[in-house]
Amino acid sequence: MGRYILRRLLQLIPVFFGTTLLIYVLVWLVPGDPFAGKCGDRACPPAYIEQMTHKYNLDQNIFVQYFLYLGKLFQGDFGQTYSGVDISTLIGQAYPITVRLAIIALIFEGVIGLAAGIITGLGRKRFVDNLVMISTLVLISLPVFVTGFIIQVVFGMDLGWMSVTVSSDAPWGELIAPGFVLASLSMAYVARLTRTSIKENKRADYVRTAIAKGQPQKRVIGIHLLRNSAIPVMTFLGQDLGALMGGAIVTEGVFNIKGIGGLVKQGIETKESMQVVGLVTILVLVFLVMNLIVDLLYAVLDPRIRYD
Amino acid sequence: MRYPRKGALLALPMVAALVLAGCGGGGAGSGDDSVSFYNTEPENPLLPGDTNENGGSNVVDLMWTGLYSYNPDTGKPVPQMADSVQKTSPTTYDIKIKKGWKFHDGTEVKAKNFVDSWNYTAYAPNAMVDANYLHAIKGYEDVHPEDEKAKPKTDKMSGLQVKGDYEFAVTLSAPFSTFDKQLGYEAFFPMPDQFFKAPDKEKWADHPIGNGPMKFVERRPNTYIKMTRNDGYQGSNKVKFKNVESRIYSTAEAGYQDLVSGNLDFDDTLPPLALADGKYKQDLKDHNAQKNSMTFGYLGLPQYVPQYRDPNLRKALSLAIDREQIAKQIFHGTRSPADGWVPPVMDGAQPGACGDMCKYDPAKAKEFLAKSGYKGEISISSNSDGGNKEWIEAACGSITKTLGLKCRLDMQTSFGQFNQVVRAKKNPGAFRGTWVADYPTVENFLTQLYGTGGSANKFEYSNPAFDKKLAEAAAAPDSDSGNKLYSDAEKMLKNDMPVIPLFFYNVPYGWSDKLSKGSFSLFNKPYVPGFEPAKH
Repeated sequence: MGRYILRRLLQLIPVFFGTTLLIYVLVWLVPGDPFAGKCGDRACPPAYIEQMTHKYNLDQNIFVQYFLYLGKLFQGDFGQTYSGVDISTLIGQAYPITVRLAIIALIFEGVIGLAAGIITGLGRKRFVDNLVMISTLVLISLPVFVTGFIIQVVFGMDLGWMSVTVSSDAPWGELIAPGFVLASLSMAYVARLTRTSIKENKRADYVRTAIAKGQPQKRVIGIHLLRNSAIPVMTFLGQDLGALMGGAIVTEGVFNIKGIGGLVKQGIETKESMQVVGLVTILVLVFLVMNLIVDLLYAVLDPRIRYD
Repeated sequence: MRYPRKGALLALPMVAALVLAGCGGGGAGSGDDSVSFYNTEPENPLLPGDTNENGGSNVVDLMWTGLYSYNPDTGKPVPQMADSVQKTSPTTYDIKIKKGWKFHDGTEVKAKNFVDSWNYTAYAPNAMVDANYLHAIKGYEDVHPEDEKAKPKTDKMSGLQVKGDYEFAVTLSAPFSTFDKQLGYEAFFPMPDQFFKAPDKEKWADHPIGNGPMKFVERRPNTYIKMTRNDGYQGSNKVKFKNVESRIYSTAEAGYQDLVSGNLDFDDTLPPLALADGKYKQDLKDHNAQKNSMTFGYLGLPQYVPQYRDPNLRKALSLAIDREQIAKQIFHGTRSPADGWVPPVMDGAQPGACGDMCKYDPAKAKEFLAKSGYKGEISISSNSDGGNKEWIEAACGSITKTLGLKCRLDMQTSFGQFNQVVRAKKNPGAFRGTWVADYPTVENFLTQLYGTGGSANKFEYSNPAFDKKLAEAAAAPDSDSGNKLYSDAEKMLKNDMPVIPLFFYNVPYGWSDKLSKGSFSLFNKPYVPGFEPAKH
């Protein structure tokens, strides 16, 4: 197990270099001088453009630029935006908010999605099954921003149960509604995935064997059926957590949450390439670590999988 | 399978602990004596000389005060720090400032704070975006040579002289009749002594010190900038609220929802969903207004594309665009059809310079097209974001319908990219443009845009008679007679149509119950000193 983790961690190194190089080159090679639009319809003073070009090493070869960037990155310096704000400050402010939002969304997915899936998978009630299938279909077919607006208008403006947007500190309470919106799509998938998985495994040989051995039903379902059915769901949730940690551009936009997604969007729109590179580098790392954790969790669920 | 299961169990209480810890925080309510307004993230450090867009100037204007401020309704300069600005000859000014004004750090504002600040902004190695606003002052070339590789000879402009603690003299390199009206612009604000001593100016700008009605308190980038009232402030543009927050929204929709539910107090960026069918007028009964701003939208017709050189074709295009319909259907009334090159709200402007040439007239348009003999296609370049695509499509449609010419859109992904293409003259034909007044002079809408070699003359328009008129206007004895001559120059544009006037902006805005009146300046930005608290 220890060696497996070490091997995986070592694999992260080339992946990290490869992806950051790719991101850096792609982001900075996007056509369009980032300073061309800085002075509106006027021409910017050439001295300004020259100094900014020099500051961001744009007068160097793109690969030299990349290594200069990496050198600073290893000293913990993510660089600055064109307005002189440290990008590490921006990330430091936004990340806790994104993590809170992701955790809330994951709880919704896990609790409601799994519960609905297990109830419909195990149960035989037609009505409940139809209810879950139809409601999940609705959630899947609605774009997130529509769900967001509906929740915002109904609960925020008409009923006044929640504030319409999230305040700058983004406390947990205010993130519940956005978290639900963010989770809605995945929640529906989790419910359906769990349901199908359980229904299939109900007829599996090992379940029949367990019943034939005379094990109590509780044990058959709890230990054999559910745990095995959880593997595909776990994969999905793991991937989803990685995606959630990357921020949610649409949901953050609707509720004005100052998370990572909004920063990425703003960086792309205003051509703050340094900001985009820094953020995406972090996201790559988060995604890699999340993947590793999910892989390790398989061993918990499936005794057949061992990492030795 | 060994230990992992315990690990999984441990994770749960941790999540619970996080949830509980988080619930305690937040919920700090804001007092009644505070006000918030919609803003975008400043694109440059918070230094007046480095500020040229609304996100930054909306806060810089509150934290600093120059010689003048501008009346939000008329655009007329109102003396603030200026005690007197005297023109001693066509190129020299003697400026006296009021005594006893203080920066937020307690030091007094003196004449040298103005002079040092102007020199700093103009000096090329400081790379301030507003440097060329000071180009009229004598000695500008010495601190900011035209050739970017050349080293500046000195860091002080010879045209600026401190004549005492409260008096300084300005010499211009050529007569410029409306120079004094510019002095309320950000590039002319004073800076405190500690700014010049600070080793890292960008770090200093994280906690800026000004002399304006509001003091800097706290900034969270991309989220908010909080300011509190400068109680010793002596200017007339005082703010009636103790605390002001410039709040940054990632979408106009979120800002609007906040405004309607009372979380935001002033919003001048209403989203399309609020504008459609005038929905905002129902949502914000008695809490909305609309104002013409000094913003001009045009279609540039470059001289360097040979087929556009014929004035007859230019006139045909102008007559073929149904401005009225586009303003109503696509802009929902937030633009009004332009009838000249200078917005009529401008102090000293004479409306209707373009007259019948800017009215939709299919018959006359066809006549002019026949005269030009042009049969090719028309193309319009723009950036596709910022809501530009829709109206350009409509303008193109209007041209095709009226003239039977094929009209093609040349869309660039971003404003920067679009600007670069146009500056490199790689655009296939016409392109859109917008011009916002920096200071309220007719000159501001003419010299830079249509003067030979003007910094925004991307069309390479050059007309010796027009240039001569501009020079004559610049040499006028005072700004009123100058404005008149500038208006005459404007009328000359009708013959050549260097650009086709399209729209003047007509901005709708709204405010919350906390205000009895919101205030929007014709410089296209919120005017916080004009916010009136609601009486309870």
